[in-house]
Amino acid sequence: MDELSAQAVALDDATVAFRLSDARTYTAVEKASLSVAHGEFVAIVGPTGCGKSTLLNVAAGLLRPASGSVKIFNRPLAGLNRDAGYLFQADALFPWKTALDNVAIGLEIAGTRRAEAHSRAQDFLVSVGLGAFAGRYPHMLSGGQRKRVGLAQVLIRHPKILLMDEPFGPLDAQTRQIMGNLLLDLWSADRKAVLFVTHDLEEAIALADRVVIMSAGPGARIIGDWRVPLARPRDIFEVRLDKEFHALHREIWSVLKAEVMKGYAQSTGGA
Amino acid sequence: MSRIGLLSLQLLVAVVALALWQFFSTVPVFGKVWLPPFFFSTPIDVFSQVIKWFSTGVIWKHLAITLWESILAFVLGSAAGVAVGFWFARQPRVAAVFDPYVKMINALPRVVLAPIFTLWLGLGIWSKVALGVTLVFFIVFFNVYQGVKEVSQTVLDNGRMLGMNERQLTRHVYWPSALSWMFSSLHTSVGFAVVGAVVGEYLGSAAGLGYLIQQAEGVFDVAGVFAGMFVLSLFVVLIDMVVTLVERRLLVWRPQAVETQA
Repeated sequence: MDELSAQAVALDDATVAFRLSDARTYTAVEKASLSVAHGEFVAIVGPTGCGKSTLLNVAAGLLRPASGSVKIFNRPLAGLNRDAGYLFQADALFPWKTALDNVAIGLEIAGTRRAEAHSRAQDFLVSVGLGAFAGRYPHMLSGGQRKRVGLAQVLIRHPKILLMDEPFGPLDAQTRQIMGNLLLDLWSADRKAVLFVTHDLEEAIALADRVVIMSAGPGARIIGDWRVPLARPRDIFEVRLDKEFHALHREIWSVLKAEVMKGYAQSTGGA
Repeated sequence: MSRIGLLSLQLLVAVVALALWQFFSTVPVFGKVWLPPFFFSTPIDVFSQVIKWFSTGVIWKHLAITLWESILAFVLGSAAGVAVGFWFARQPRVAAVFDPYVKMINALPRVVLAPIFTLWLGLGIWSKVALGVTLVFFIVFFNVYQGVKEVSQTVLDNGRMLGMNERQLTRHVYWPSALSWMFSSLHTSVGFAVVGAVVGEYLGSAAGLGYLIQQAEGVFDVAGVFAGMFVLSLFVVLIDMVVTLVERRLLVWRPQAVETQA
């Protein structure tokens, strides 16, 4: 239990159920136990629709588990997780605000003066490589640029925990790798606890310290937990050529494959 | 097609239509004038009537009154529509209670209210403003109501995770979303403000474009009626251009500005 005292996020036997329209309940996640240590980068991988995002929403406090407990830095989570920053899968920027205003808003609502918030937001935009795009509205930016703004928007508040829901999912392969490297760069500066959801096993191994595998839903469980022994700092482009990378990939894939096939059969079989 | 080419074709349509009108209303074909000037007037008569109005300056007073009524109807109707739409969207229970009444009033053809407004508010501008308000209100109300209810859940969650409380969500998420929906209905609501003003004038007033048209009709002055309609359509086109300019300015963050429907 000593080890637990340092956990940034600790889910214990968390079960999440949704009430369907016909009064049945759908159990999305069943008895999931998962912990993320301070400064640790954990990736959750699973077949589509297995409840990875559900688990993230529980850690964010956007969803309440039906049973089990959620602790953030050893304190039971009540309401929203104020220590967490959340990078959503879908576009979550405020479309009526410029990139600069989108980044500054997190400080402004916390009471920082506008001029001060803007100058710090500009610094963050520079750090994600968008210094020259401060005045653009989200629709004038590419998908990758919008994700960069989203990252700056979340990071400017210096959250102790970073929750990421397939943040690079909609991007093309090259842009994803560039974004992955950017994320590792920014993360290595202050090593927040990261919970990163993805369906891409390669991305998970390349980025994370630990890879957690979930089974196909409904009633998805955590069925595996691997430590990634690759040295840091990593370069996403390089690390994929590493022998250890391949060995680990093979090992995890042997477990994941069955679940992916199960998930695929469910999504096409019309169960 | 080049801009000049398009413009000259557009002009050609007007010239041909006017020429045909002038021809059939003045020259007998097979021993018969097909468009008797008593009923159809002639383009030249209509045009000289318009010139007369502008050269004597009579028209300005009427234009100013119609414009003023339209502006008041638009501003008051929009303000009420935004306020009530916002309130209903944030308070589903209130919306549910008032829902049948909103539907009832909206189903009512607003023109039948004009005599009531004249009775209550007199022949001055306020009865016309009231009629315009009833038209503008519902357009803005429905748009804002829908806009606030359909705010993206992800954007809301993002706001919450960034630390916004309900008041800040209202200010930074619901409010801009509601306004953007109001602006996107700008053309329609401004158009209806003008309709309210003109119809109100037509049904009973002492000044305004609707009054001019009604007066001309009362003495079978067909040229006057057509001239009034011509000035009215110019007036609406001008207002619509102003609205387009305002819209470009306000909706700069929108992916594509809503195109003007003619």
